[in-house]
Amino acid sequence: MTPVSYSRRSLMAAGGAALAAGASGLLMPVRASGLAPTPTMRGGANNYRPGAPIVERIGGGGFWMTGTVRRAGDGAPLPNQRIQIWAHTTEGHERDPQSHGATLTDADGAFRLEMPQIVPTFGQPHGHLAYDSGEFETVFLRPVMSSARDKTLAAHFVLQPL
Amino acid sequence: MRFVIWAGLITALLVPVVTAAFSPYLAWREPIYVIAGFAGILGMCLLLLQPLLAGRWLPGLSPVTSRHWHRWCGLALVAMILVHVGGLWITSPPDVVDALLFVSATPFSAWGVIAMWAGFAAALMGMSRQRLSLRFRVWRLGHAALAFVTILGSVVHALLIEGTMEIISKFALCALVVLASAATLAKLRVWDVKRR
Repeated sequence: MTPVSYSRRSLMAAGGAALAAGASGLLMPVRASGLAPTPTMRGGANNYRPGAPIVERIGGGGFWMTGTVRRAGDGAPLPNQRIQIWAHTTEGHERDPQSHGATLTDADGAFRLEMPQIVPTFGQPHGHLAYDSGEFETVFLRPVMSSARDKTLAAHFVLQPL
Repeated sequence: MRFVIWAGLITALLVPVVTAAFSPYLAWREPIYVIAGFAGILGMCLLLLQPLLAGRWLPGLSPVTSRHWHRWCGLALVAMILVHVGGLWITSPPDVVDALLFVSATPFSAWGVIAMWAGFAAALMGMSRQRLSLRFRVWRLGHAALAFVTILGSVVHALLIEGTMEIISKFALCALVVLASAATLAKLRVWDVKRR
């Protein structure tokens, strides 16, 4: 997060810029300049299994992976998007099929899937998420937990239409 | 005094290994991953022995014996690195490929890979001292510089990792490794390559 300081000068400058942007918006069609798409993270695709089934829960559960899926530009929530989730947990390695599962976003573009507790592997407690359905550009995320004892982890997608 | 030094050294080497053996993370790991992790810890232990042997700090060991042990520990270190990287490769190939190509998500991977290559180069220099036909002190500066990169890279690599090593014993071992190598570089005055 970049800290923002509001001085009188910066507010005037921002106001002027907003006015100019608004005026140009009257002349030009709205561009997808608002929300930038989420870039794929390094190592995000590691041990991905294309086509992992949609599940109620991965294994015995006890840990929650949550997040949202929105469209780049206008930020509209995207319902019914398939997100695959996998991690090294108390019940298996990242490569094991039973460590993988997919879920769909709800009407608000949110998803949450219960899974076993994530444990640190390869030096960091982390999870993997994938959007790879073809309608938007493929994105792989690899969020890291701030503590290995966390019981939840969140990851957010902003997808670029193809 | 001799007994105290040896007892201290053996304690410094044993405690990190024993505490890691009680790590709760081991329960969730396959045997090959466990072996790979412990090869890394044992490699770190060898990195404490190497400067102590090179600097002839250990009482009761003649210079010749010290050098002999230094050679064997160096070969063992190379073996530990190979088991460490090979075991991790079997556990998760894409993560190791990323690390070796310096595109890993985790910053400590790059430090580990740099330390690995520097370690291999230092070992190669050690084995081919006669063939290199360098002046002894020039050869020693090169070998020591590569060893120093190995140690620095390995220490940063280990400190940044959240793994099976218990945190206090890991910091203590890393501090001892840095201290031992700095003391040896200073004792041998490796930077002094003047002919005498």
